[in-house]
Formats: sequence, C-alpha cells, structure tokens
Amino acid sequence: MNDSSFQRPSPLIIEAGLTERHYWRDLWRYRELLGFLAWRDVKVRYKQAALGAAWAVVQPAVQTFLLTFVFNKLAKMPGGDVPYPLLVLAGLLPWQLFSGAFSGVGSSLVNNAHLISKVYFPRLLVPLSAVVVAFIDMLVLLLIALPYAVIEGIDPTWRLLVLPFFICGTMLVALGAGLWVTALTVKYRDFRFITPFLLQIGVFVTPVGFRTDFLPNWRDWLALNPLTSMVEGFRWCLLGGRTEFYERGLFLSLAVTAFLLIGGLWYFRKTERQFADVI
Amino acid sequence: MSEPAIMVEGLGKRYTLHHQARTGLLRDTLAALLRNPFRHGEATRATEEEFWALRDVNFSVNQGDVVGIIGRNGAGKSTLLKILSRITEPTTGRITIQGRIASLLEVGTGFHGELSGRENIFLNGAILGMTRMEIRKKFDEIVAFSEVEKFLDTPVKHYSSGMYVRLAFAVAAHLEPEILIVDEVLAVGDIAFQKKCLGKMREVATEQGRTVLFVSHNLPSVRQLCRTAMLLANGRVVSVGPCAKVLEIYQHGLTGATPIAVPPPTPDLLDRAYTTKIEIETLDCAPTAVLQVGCPWRARVGFRVVSAQHNFVVSIGLKSADGTSIQTAWLPPQDLAPGEYAAEFVQDRVALEAGAYTVLVGLSESDRGLQQFEAARIDFSGEGAAGYYAGTSGFGFVLNSMQTSLRKL
Repeated sequence: MNDSSFQRPSPLIIEAGLTERHYWRDLWRYRELLGFLAWRDVKVRYKQAALGAAWAVVQPAVQTFLLTFVFNKLAKMPGGDVPYPLLVLAGLLPWQLFSGAFSGVGSSLVNNAHLISKVYFPRLLVPLSAVVVAFIDMLVLLLIALPYAVIEGIDPTWRLLVLPFFICGTMLVALGAGLWVTALTVKYRDFRFITPFLLQIGVFVTPVGFRTDFLPNWRDWLALNPLTSMVEGFRWCLLGGRTEFYERGLFLSLAVTAFLLIGGLWYFRKTERQFADVI
Repeated sequence: MSEPAIMVEGLGKRYTLHHQARTGLLRDTLAALLRNPFRHGEATRATEEEFWALRDVNFSVNQGDVVGIIGRNGAGKSTLLKILSRITEPTTGRITIQGRIASLLEVGTGFHGELSGRENIFLNGAILGMTRMEIRKKFDEIVAFSEVEKFLDTPVKHYSSGMYVRLAFAVAAHLEPEILIVDEVLAVGDIAFQKKCLGKMREVATEQGRTVLFVSHNLPSVRQLCRTAMLLANGRVVSVGPCAKVLEIYQHGLTGATPIAVPPPTPDLLDRAYTTKIEIETLDCAPTAVLQVGCPWRARVGFRVVSAQHNFVVSIGLKSADGTSIQTAWLPPQDLAPGEYAAEFVQDRVALEAGAYTVLVGLSESDRGLQQFEAARIDFSGEGAAGYYAGTSGFGFVLNSMQTSLRKL
C-alpha cells in the first residue's frame, strides 16, 4: 500500500539558475504535450475554415500558377526538360514548409502566452509544435505533388528515399531562425513585423520559381541562403535527378543552418526563464 | 515524523521595474544605445528600480498538510505559487519538493473554444501534466464530475460559463499529484459547484493524504479546508500557524486600513449622478472607523444629481471581511431634480458581531446601476461594549436582535 515510499524519486529542487538540470529530461517527459499542441493547432485551423483541408491545396496551386507565369512566361527562365509548373511545385514544397514553420515558430510563444504564464512545461515544446504543424501541412501538399509528377511523366525513383533528409533540413532552418524571432518577440513585439517581411524577400532569393543550375554565376551567392540547397534537394528527389544538385552549396547551407540553430537554441534557453515574467 | 513535502529556505524574487522604457519596444532600446553607446549598462540601470515581490521567505509543509495562504493583493501569494509551480525562477533561496507536484493557478488553462469538451479534456489534461493513458483512465470520472455529458461534443465556446468552469475543474480535480497547489479557483461557479469543489479538495487532502497549498481570499473556505495557514504581507511571511489564529491576525490587520476614498465618477456619470462623499459616524456625529458592538451608527452618503433622475435609488451594503454579504439597505425609489443631496442610513436596531466590515455604496436609476463601489471599511469592536464579547463570538453576524421576554408559568 505504501509502495510509493520505496520508489520515491529524488526531490525536485528549485533554485536560481537550476532549471537547466531537468530540462532535457522534462522535454522527453512532456513529449505527449508536443503532440497535443500540434494536434490542437491543426484541428482548430481546419475547424474554423469552411473549406477545411482544401486551403492546403488552393494556396499552393495559385502560387504555382503565379510563379510559373512570372518566371517562365514573363522573365523567360528556362525549365529544361521538366514542365515548369512541376518545377515550381517541387520548389514550393520546401518553401511552404519553411514559411509555415518559420512564421509559426516565430509567433508561437506570444500566441501561447496564457499557457506560459500559468503552467510549467519546457517552453521549447511550443515552437517545436509549430514545426510539426507545418510538417503536416506539407505532407498534404506532397500527397498531391507526387501523383501530379507521375501524370507529367516523371516516375518516382530511389532518390525519394533521400527526401526525409531535406525535409528535416528545412525544418531545422525554420526552427533555428524562428527561435531567434520568437524569443525576441517576447521582449520586443517589433519582431512580429519582421517575419512577413523576411518571407516576402525570401520567396525571391530562394530559387522557388527558377532553377539554379542555369545560373552558374549566382550559385555561390544563392547557396549562402540555407534554403537554396533544401529546394534543390527537394527537386532532385522529386524530379528523379533531372535537375543538378550542387554539393558545395549543401555544405555551405548546412554550416549556416547549424549556426542558426545552435545560436537560436542558445538564445532561447538563455531568455526562457524570463518568459513568464516578461510576456 | 515524515520529511517535509515542501521546504522553502531564504526564498526571494526580485523584479526590476523599468521606469523609462514604458514598453518593450526595440526602438527604445536602440535609442538608448545610440544616445549612450559606451555607457549603455549604466544608463539603463539609472532608470530601473528593484522590487522584491518575495523576500527571505522560509517555511516547510509536511506531507498531508493542507495549508491556506492568505494575504492582501500584492502580498506575494501569486509570486510564491508561480515559483513553486516552476513558471518563474526565484532570485534567491532554495525549494526542495518531495513528490509529484501539480499546480492549478487558473481553471481551464489552455482550453480552446473551438474544440469540443471531449477534446479539451485531453488537451487540458496533457497541459496539466497527465499522460494520455491517465486521462483515458479517468475520463468517465471527469465527465461525471463535470455534469456536462450531454455537451461533450459541443465546442466549449458554446458552453455557459458555469459548464466551462465545471469541466475545467473536473479535469484538474483528477490530476492526482502528491502535492497540489491551488490558486483562487473557487471564486468562479455557482454555490452548489463551489461546495462540490471544496468537498473534492477536502477529499483529496484528508482521505488521500495529499499535500495541498490553497490560496484564497475567501476566508470561510480557507477556514473549512485548512488546518494551517500562512499570512503573507509585502513579500514576507507574517504568521504561520493554526488556521483560526492566523485568520484572526489577518482580519485584524485589515481594519487598520485607511478608508477607501470615493472614486471619481466615470465620464458617463458626469452628466447624470454620482457620489461625492461618504461618512460613517456615531449618532452624536463623531466620525469613526471603529464602532462599539451594539452602538447605533449612521452612514451618510452625499451625491450630486446633474440631470433629472427617475426612480433613483441610493443604497448601502455591508460585507464581512471574508466577503459574505450581510445586509443591504436602500431608500425608496424617487424622482430627483438636479442638486446636491445627502442620504442617511441609521443602524440602531441590529447589533453586528465584532469584526471588520466593508461598506458598499450603490446608486441606480430605473433598475439600471449607475455606480457601485466599496466605500469604506469599518470595524466593530467588542472592547468595553456592555453585554458583548470582546472578540469574535462565533454566534453569527447578527447579535441579539429579537424581542425577548420571560414569564414565570
């Protein structure tokens, strides 16, 4: 009956600067909450919208059409042996993943302020759940993109197996950048305005609407943007290697990603203990 | 004796108040940096002020204790609970906690209006630290306790506030931690449900032997629930001990407060009617905040009527220190022309028990409330009052107000 005293866990100690000790263990213990938070956001979004899941399709379809029109028809960019809309769609997949995750992570803490000031849990769960939400949206789009590619005559190859690597890469870029924004937004609400601004620029400096292998002079510059390699990687996987992959760019991109992510985590953890006081 | 469930040593929490930077705007930080690029640190320090929400707090709570934490607003109760719940970090000191701890600082944290009751049970449970398995196991019990079976699949935004609170408390009540921290949750819901919540909390505390920390302004529920109480004031522990004793110290302290001034009228009242003055005095016109038990007294409410008022009612109410409404008195509704008025309320028939009371003043017109506020605190003292007890008698608020007679048969 009194068995709890036999397996009594070590006492919890609260002291200034001591939250560190339990952090990663708690993160694991609260893993179910991560799922619940993501589930809540997905569910709420589709409950409020009359068209539901259709939004995940309509928006990229319109964007595909627009970007094809601008880059292919107006700017006369070449598509090579790939139908241009498919080229754009394969680029939009990682871009949607990134922009969804980045803006979600960026606003996650402020949007969950009521939770943060009332309950304890590792705060990192909040931005992580935003990444999960963006990932689910991308899966929906991927389920449409794959049959579309087959219709256009591009059959799946073994390269698809590498796709998870680029999906993870894209999410890490978004998480790294988003952690900075969300932690800064807690203190300075100005950073809310930075996200849409960065995304507006991003859609043009990331090769979403064009191919980099036809722009050799610009490749190294474009590779400084960590998303460039992710977009190229997505295309290489989805389009059966019909586009060229730039290895040097990938290393550069991974280095930038690691820098963003480690810095973002460091800043987030550093400011985390003040969130409840400041938010 | 078992080891303490909670041990708090030298706990302090400092907040820094920024006087100049009114908001956390990047612009302000940048501007300060530009003005003083090399002395940024010093420049900001000059405009900051330290504020200790908690200072040198020491106490320990034994396993199975039910401790009420009381104190006025701003005494540091909420800060203490936030630190114990690990929402915010202490600045100094150390807390050692034995056992699984769960805190309930708000009813329905994380409830989402768009989600159904069923979905919110799972979400809220997860937020409060339950696993999916635990929630599933307790699900039927939670639903039964909340009494919202019929609306389980309705989005909670369509719930009445009572249903919402019931569901939220039900989830929290089934948490089953070894240590439960509860803040002021009983301030919501109807009386019947409040009773049910109190009952549940008592069950958790006494039958299951859990440790409970309970913060409330509702002194009767603290009295009912807790054996021990702790009084906080200005971030320090003033008194710890048996509940009744600490409550008495608290209630006594309340009477020392200066009377609350008449609040300035809100703009919409300026061209209608508003209170200008309130005075509490004995019948020989000596203004006082301390009255003897059984001594007749008078409240005088001065008010200004700016535009003609119909069915105008002036009323005063009396509340005990623990928030219980004792009585209300009002003048018959009448039509009033613009001008200055003074209404008088005389209490010469009923003797109230010794203790602290709050006087409320209300103005209304044609059943529409114009103004209502807590006007003053008065204290009835039994000292030197013939025929009454010096302290709180416990015989009820109204003393000896019936006609009595004795006949030899």
